[in-house]
Amino acid sequence: MAVVADWFRWLYEATGFNFTIFYDPYDARQMLGGFLMTVQLSVISILLSLVIGILGAWLQGSNLRLVRGLVGGFITVFRNTPPLVQIFFFYFGIGTLLPGTENQWGMRQPMLSNVQWAIISLSLFAGAFNVEIFRSGIEAVPRTTVEAAEALGYTRLGTYRHVVLPLALRVCLPALNNNLVNLLKTTTLAYAIAVPEMLYVAKQIWGSSQNVLEMMLFLLFAYVGLVGILVFIMHRWERAMRIPGYGR
Amino acid sequence: MNPAKTLPVLLSPRVERLHPPFPVFRLRAWHGLAVAAIVVVASGAAVAQGGPTQLSPIGVIMKWMPLLLSGFVFNIAISLMAMTLGTVVGLALGLMAVSETMPVRKVSWAVTQFFRNSPWLVLLFFAMFLVPYEFRLLGVTVPFPDWIKAVIGFSLPVMANVSEIVRGAIRSIPDGQWESAEALAFSRRQTMWMIILPQCLRRMLPPWMNLYSLVTMATVLASVVGVSEMLTLTSQVHAAEGGRPELLAPLYGFALLCFFVYCYPIDRLTRRLEHRFQVRL
Amino acid sequence: MAPAEQPAWTPDQPIVRLRDVRKSFGSLEVLKGITMDVAKGEAICIIGPSGSGKSTLIRCINALVAIDEGSILVEGQEVNDPKLDKLALRRKVGMVFQQYNLFPHKTALQNVMMAPVHVLKQDRREVEDRARALMRKVRLEGKEDAYPGELSGGQQQRVAIARSLAMRPDIMLFDEVTAALDPETVKEVLQTIRQLVEDGLTCLIVTHEMGFAREVADHVYFTDRGVIVEHGPPRDILSNPREERTKAFLEQVL
Repeated sequence: MAVVADWFRWLYEATGFNFTIFYDPYDARQMLGGFLMTVQLSVISILLSLVIGILGAWLQGSNLRLVRGLVGGFITVFRNTPPLVQIFFFYFGIGTLLPGTENQWGMRQPMLSNVQWAIISLSLFAGAFNVEIFRSGIEAVPRTTVEAAEALGYTRLGTYRHVVLPLALRVCLPALNNNLVNLLKTTTLAYAIAVPEMLYVAKQIWGSSQNVLEMMLFLLFAYVGLVGILVFIMHRWERAMRIPGYGR
Repeated sequence: MNPAKTLPVLLSPRVERLHPPFPVFRLRAWHGLAVAAIVVVASGAAVAQGGPTQLSPIGVIMKWMPLLLSGFVFNIAISLMAMTLGTVVGLALGLMAVSETMPVRKVSWAVTQFFRNSPWLVLLFFAMFLVPYEFRLLGVTVPFPDWIKAVIGFSLPVMANVSEIVRGAIRSIPDGQWESAEALAFSRRQTMWMIILPQCLRRMLPPWMNLYSLVTMATVLASVVGVSEMLTLTSQVHAAEGGRPELLAPLYGFALLCFFVYCYPIDRLTRRLEHRFQVRL
Repeated sequence: MAPAEQPAWTPDQPIVRLRDVRKSFGSLEVLKGITMDVAKGEAICIIGPSGSGKSTLIRCINALVAIDEGSILVEGQEVNDPKLDKLALRRKVGMVFQQYNLFPHKTALQNVMMAPVHVLKQDRREVEDRARALMRKVRLEGKEDAYPGELSGGQQQRVAIARSLAMRPDIMLFDEVTAALDPETVKEVLQTIRQLVEDGLTCLIVTHEMGFAREVADHVYFTDRGVIVEHGPPRDILSNPREERTKAFLEQVL
């Protein structure tokens, strides 16, 4: 570690490129926290959005018009409005309407923190897309395949579990992959409600150290790297699930 | 007749749709609109019983509507400019991606992947801080106000996505088309512009429109870096009305509604085109 | 205009002349020394099992595939030459493909007109007259304004032939043009090709239609695994093959 720090200190003295986060312990700790916050936001939102997606796709197969209508409305609204405004609407709009408690200094303590609101709105946003992705996957399973399963005596649930879902998941993996990458990138919006994720921390650091360009470059590479890891995992999964001769 | 190849990313997976195995709810325009309107009205009505001297949330929105809408028009203007700039550069980048020269392809790939995988907000900051506030050209000083920098910032991801759309569409054209054009003595440039790209157009249109919708919704990010577009104005209006917390939900709800009204028809049209082109091709 | 070192080509010399042509894709050698001569006005049929390199062979003649070794002369011009003007070569050599490859965004007539107008820069009006005449020649009168997607496979293939003929080529290459067609439409396409042969156009035809080859070809080449096993007049090759491999192949397909 000391070698890295020394090298970056040398880099600063020799070239003026000031990557404080690699040699200044305070900045380093801050950025590590920001990085972990981004990872935390991403991982929790991804998992929640998948749950929302599966639940939504299942509800869309409901016999109740009302249920289908509500899910449809949810998707339509979240698809066609800016995610940043969604976050503001939830955090400022709904958050202030919810009852709060008082903390030990008599300050208003909101029921949900900004991090929690960020996770909720990001999950809902990405979840809306996931519902559609899963549904299009389910629709892609040919009717004849479903009939064949039913003819073999599978129940509706059994058909769903053993035939429809495994096939549907494979069809929708590329689109899902894309949406999750998008979600990872969208976590930067939490910056706007002061969640200390990478962008927020970077801005604090360049505010005090006057190294905008360096922090920018670090951010760009950090996100490209994180996206790279996610894509790698998803591709591994896709490959593991590939069925010879099915699809392309 | 064409082998079914779609863009891997922006189109929903191509499917043989005989009958959907489960009942499908067909969304009509009013469904979404109704939900959005309910959000605004309900959040407004829920707190309508303020003091007698205070305007109700609906009243506040009515009062400031012209200002807020002018902010929204600015958002649209930014989105159109960013889309135009990004499309032109992205088209060039996409054509480079199918170039016959290896280094050109590599450069295009790297630029595309880099800007496609970076968050829009980070790219916006990037443009804000690293594009000079003025530009000297042959002794003439061209000022770069913040909103122009924002346009540049938004056009970067547009460029990368357009590049990907173009490349994907070109690659989806069967090799036979290239081969037969070649056999008819078309030059590579003629083949590209007269035979390949015209066929790509219909494949590119839906993802391109989808991208436009995304850009429009991304323009609110400009408020984070201090461009006074709709969201900035919304918080100013909130402050001007005394910063009452119960106004926040209706005000942001109104912003949601504006974007919804603009983006929803684009979304519908995109899906219609997508569906039609899938059936015909 | 032939280069100085090559004597000018005269019609009594072979119009297509291959000498020891070799081609590999990676480690797979597809052509292992092919030699053949085609005289002007001759119809050549190339037969052989799939994967024997037939398609690659004729793709080399209009430089769609670059060869590794050997020489190909088309009207006295060397094709295996880095300085070759490929576009000039392809104006002389027409080609029709198995998958028709019509341009789906243009009508049948526009498909036929495109290359002469854009490549040869000929007058649009004159080209249109010629294109309509070609549509009649391939017996597709009335289908001028149809899009490829609205035509049957056989009709599309005949448009593709007309499209090639519109360039007024000296040589035509046919790459298994009936392989993707329904049996009942095969006949109409073969009829069109037969007509071209009777008109005296030099044709190199890769085909699986043995009856057609017997009837139309002046010369039949049997290829297998990248070499020409035997060649000669159709009577000899198709009825009395000398080589075992030819016999085995013919037994299989007939």
